[in-house]
Parts: sequence; C-alpha cells; structure tokens
Amino acid sequence: MKILIVDDFSTMRRIIKNLLRDLGFTNTAEADDGNTALPMLQSGSFDFLVTDWNMPGMSGIDLLRAVRADERLKHLPVLMVTAEAKRDQIIEAAQAGVNGYVVKPFTAQALKEKIEKIFERVQAK
Amino acid sequence: MALSKDPGQATAQEFEHSLKDNAHQLVGHLESGNFGEALLVIHAINQARDRGLYHEVGQLTRALHNAIVNFQIDTTHALGGDNDTSKISDASDRLDYVVQLTDKAANRTMDLVEASVPKVADLGQQANALKADWQRLQRREMAADEFRDLYRRVGEFLEQTESTSKDLSTNLNDILLAQDYQDLTGQVIKRVTTLVHDVEESLVNLVRMAGQVDRITGINHGESPEDGKKSSSRGEGPQIHADKREDVVSGQDEVDDLLSSLGF
Repeated sequence: MKILIVDDFSTMRRIIKNLLRDLGFTNTAEADDGNTALPMLQSGSFDFLVTDWNMPGMSGIDLLRAVRADERLKHLPVLMVTAEAKRDQIIEAAQAGVNGYVVKPFTAQALKEKIEKIFERVQAK
Repeated sequence: MALSKDPGQATAQEFEHSLKDNAHQLVGHLESGNFGEALLVIHAINQARDRGLYHEVGQLTRALHNAIVNFQIDTTHALGGDNDTSKISDASDRLDYVVQLTDKAANRTMDLVEASVPKVADLGQQANALKADWQRLQRREMAADEFRDLYRRVGEFLEQTESTSKDLSTNLNDILLAQDYQDLTGQVIKRVTTLVHDVEESLVNLVRMAGQVDRITGINHGESPEDGKKSSSRGEGPQIHADKREDVVSGQDEVDDLLSSLGF
C-alpha cells in the first residue's frame, strides 16, 4: 500500500505520516502542492492519496479534479484532510468525487476511521 | 490617531447652508431680470464651494500624513530608499517569527516523540518475550541452563527498563519545554492585533474625510463593481467562530452528517 501525502506544511505532512505509520502504512511519499503531486501520481504506483485543500500552486480540490479526469488515476481513493469547513466546500468536494473528508483539527481516531471506511468500500467493489 | 469627528461634517453643512441661502437670492435675481447680480451670486457659491473643498482636502492630506507617520509606513522604499523600519513590515517580521517558532516547536516535539516510540516498543517486546518464558518457568517446564539464561535476561531487562525510563522522562520534559512558544507567540500576535486595529480605525477616518470631499464636490462614485466571485478552489483556511455560522460545519460529526445526507 503506497500512499501520497500532499500538504504545504511540512509539520502537517509529518503528523499524517506518523499517524499512517501507526496504522501500519509505512510506504508513504510527500508533496507540497498539487503541481508536484500530480506528476508523482502519474509516474508512481500510488494506492491512496491524502491531500489538503488550501495550498499555493495547485489546490487540493483542483488536484482531486485532475485525478478524476485522468484515465489511469480516476479510481484512486482520495481522502481530503483540510481546515476548509464550509458546507458548500464539502459538497463541492463530494461532487468532485472525494472518498472521505476530515476537517482539521482532527483526531487520530477520526483519520483511522475514514481510512478504514474507504478501504472497506474499495475492497467491496 | 487624533482626528476630530466633526470639522468636515461642519464644513459640508456650512456650505450646504450657504448654497441654500444663495439659491433663493439667485432665483430672485433671475426672476427680476437682474443678471449681473445673479452672476455675482453664482461666483459667491463657487467661492464657498472652493473654500470648503480646500479645507477638506487639507484635512484629508493631514490625516493621511498622520497615518503614515503613526505607522511609520516606509515611504523611503517607494522613493528608492532601503529603510525598512515601518510598523507594517515590522508586523510581518513578527508574524514570520511566529511561524518559525511554531514550526520549530512542532518539529522538536515530533523529533522527541519519534525518538521515544521505538524505545517503548522495544521494552514492550522484551517484556512480552520474558513473560512467555516466565510462564514456562512457573509451569516448571524449564531446564536448568535455560533458567540461567532467563535469569541473566531478567537482570538485563531491569537495567534497560531503568535507563529507558530515564530517557523517556527526559524526552517528555523536553516536549513540555517545547511548548514555551505559546507565551512568546501570544505576545507577538497581541501586538500585531493592536496594530491592525489602529490601522483599521485610521482608514475608517480617512474614508469618512474623503466622503466629505465627495459631498462638497458632488462627486458620485456610483456602485463599486462587484468583485468577481472568489474562486472556491483557492480555499479559505480555518474558520473562526464556526459554531456561530450556519454555512460552516463545526466538527467532524457535522461533516459526516452532511456527507451521509449526500449518500456517502
């Protein structure tokens, strides 16, 4: 299971990386915005994407849309971990095809639940 | 900033007053065919208007000057100098400092946690292995040389536990100390908040004075064009007062409710 973590703050990437490792996912890579993440996704064999929304360069929602528009990436599970908390934005992300949405500040438990739920669904398909 | 609230208002009212008086005279002169007198009245109106205008522009200029002096806004930079002592750039420096401090504290804390986690895991693993052998000993399933080995391992384990717990308590203490940024950043942020508040007050004053100039000159700016709808893809950052707003969720539970209402 190879996971890409996209966030412009290195401390947040590190926190997510540590939480993922705690859940048994040790194979992770990091990117600081959509522009660096997209080529990594296109060339690497990632199984899961965790992304922030608000980033300089390409934002998380644009990255999500780019992933869904890419023939080879469109089934990649995407979890959004973000401080963006407007109802409209959550609906927008849902419509863009996000698989899970976690608002910051979050707990390890919340992140764990969402990830497990996403994998359950992916495996059920 | 020391701007009295009423001089501009008074000038504008005075001008409007004299405008009204003069208008009556003007109509009177025109109706009685007294065009020379009428022109003199028009001239007087113009002069009153100019006086008011100069007065207001003077006030506005002084207020602007005060604002610049009060916040030591760096005009030398605009004029090609390299003096950077304005309160605004000082405030940005201070906020950068907050970012640096919080970044350092977060990384220091994570370093210490990452250093502690394997130590705890190692102790747990050894205790687990010893427990299995200890239970065999209790069931008297252990040969003499195996027992000697266990005896040695228990001794080593106790020593290691002692030294690891020392390390861990040092790390925990250092994690505690890494939180000292809160005090420093709190002070810095409070100062910047005060500055922002002062700037806002001065700007409101300037806008009010500019409004008086508009009133005297009769300039009508009309509706300012609506800013294009902000691209939502940019995001807005954390929401403050989320619990008081209808359009914002106040936690993960509400996100989950919203998503499940959408069929997630």
